[in-house]
Amino acid sequence: MCGIVGIYLKNEDLNPELGGLLSAMLIEMSDRGPDSAGVALYRDPVPDSSGKLTLHVAGSYDWDALQTEMTAQLKADVKIEIHASHAVVIASTDVTSVQNWLKTEYPDLNIMSAGSAIEIYKEKGLPSEFVRQFKLHELNGTHALGHTRMATESAVTTEHSHPFSTGMDLCLVHNGSLSNHNRLRQQLRNEGVDIQTDNDSEVAAGYLMWRLREGDSLEEALDRALKDLDGFYTFAIGTKNGFAVLRDPVACKPAVMAETDEWVAMSSEFRAIAQLPGAANATIWEPSPATVYTWGH
Amino acid sequence: MTEFDLNTDSVRALNQHLHDSPSGSLSVVNPGGRHCIASGIDASVAVSIDGHVGYYCAGMNKKAQVTITGNAGPGVAENIMSGSVRIKGSASQYAGASGQGGTLIIEGDASARCGISMKGVDIVVTGSVGHMSAFMGQKGRLVICGDAGDFLGDSLYEALIYVRGSVGELGADCVEKEMTADHVQSLKVLLASVGVDASAKDFRRYGSARKLYNFNIDHADDY
Repeated sequence: MCGIVGIYLKNEDLNPELGGLLSAMLIEMSDRGPDSAGVALYRDPVPDSSGKLTLHVAGSYDWDALQTEMTAQLKADVKIEIHASHAVVIASTDVTSVQNWLKTEYPDLNIMSAGSAIEIYKEKGLPSEFVRQFKLHELNGTHALGHTRMATESAVTTEHSHPFSTGMDLCLVHNGSLSNHNRLRQQLRNEGVDIQTDNDSEVAAGYLMWRLREGDSLEEALDRALKDLDGFYTFAIGTKNGFAVLRDPVACKPAVMAETDEWVAMSSEFRAIAQLPGAANATIWEPSPATVYTWGH
Repeated sequence: MTEFDLNTDSVRALNQHLHDSPSGSLSVVNPGGRHCIASGIDASVAVSIDGHVGYYCAGMNKKAQVTITGNAGPGVAENIMSGSVRIKGSASQYAGASGQGGTLIIEGDASARCGISMKGVDIVVTGSVGHMSAFMGQKGRLVICGDAGDFLGDSLYEALIYVRGSVGELGADCVEKEMTADHVQSLKVLLASVGVDASAKDFRRYGSARKLYNFNIDHADDY
């Protein structure tokens, strides 16, 4: 069991409150996933000529030294903002080259996300502790996904937590379990997809990364996932402009969606959505099995 | 009327009250999608819940009349024994699962596995139901005023299924059967008793072909 939440703000006036709304939803899903918590926030997009990455390292780290080194080596303006065990790096240069440079020069740093708007934070422990550590309730943004994890397939570590990056400004959260992840992981590694853990959900993320790299649209990649991924899942996929939801054809794993004039939300359970303003009068429905739902600007 | 406000009262306090000393009628406000609201009642009491409920609302209900003015999460009225549970909105998956008696009325839609393993409950859905509904249904009636999803009545025993709208792919061993005058009459009485305005004559009946009851090598692929 795990908990998924997602919120997309239709009313920009609510953007400063995104973190607060997301925190309330995430904490409500603690029962479904007390092992770890994570979020992907889409906020403060940087210009096309710049890139934004979220980095993670266990223990203390000399981020100032990294900033100095990056500025010198990449010949770019580099800003680093620390969020608990994570740091958001904004560099005035091509994001892919920054990503490749970091992988080579700083292999100990985990790159949680890359793109122009996405920031991914995730950590072991209860959602309430996660919110406190990362001051999540203070963060603004346009839309966000969150996940509370009850581990079934693999270890409880930060790296095994959700969301998983699936490419530039893309991420995936998963409630369920995949049964063909071992074979699929090997196939994806043969295709050159970098998969770091033995977690089944990371394989789903790697699968989407591979399909998008091969030229599929998100909808095409998700349609193909219905054939290639065996197991139980409700997925929520964050994109630069919104989010998508997909349930497997058997649809054992729950999902509920709601919409008002102010926002669109999804969650594993209505009680998370009940935390949002105006939820009592929202239009509420259960997403159909094997059907791709998308929201975006 | 006794009122429980679940923003301040706990679900445990509500259920304990319903198990200990219920009488007359009771209202519940601000359910907020919480789980197990009004579960395990064994008393003639009327409970009205104003809002959306989470998992297993009115589970194991006996004698009580529970009304939910909102939507219900998974497993509403699971294993209902008697009494009635009415949902003014829609219900999530496995509504009325393994219900042994009583009546479950869903005024909106029900999603997957409605009435799975039903054992005597009458379920009336004003809207449509999702896939695998009445899977392994043993006894009772599932009445669907709208459409039924795929694999309706898969591995059915002796539960009766009535559908007014379209039916997706039928489940293994589920077949359309003759709607006799007795079936029309019994359905008419049921619809009237739950206040659903539909003509019994417009429904088709589905039941078990009884070919999976005993092992038959010719049907090995169906097991």
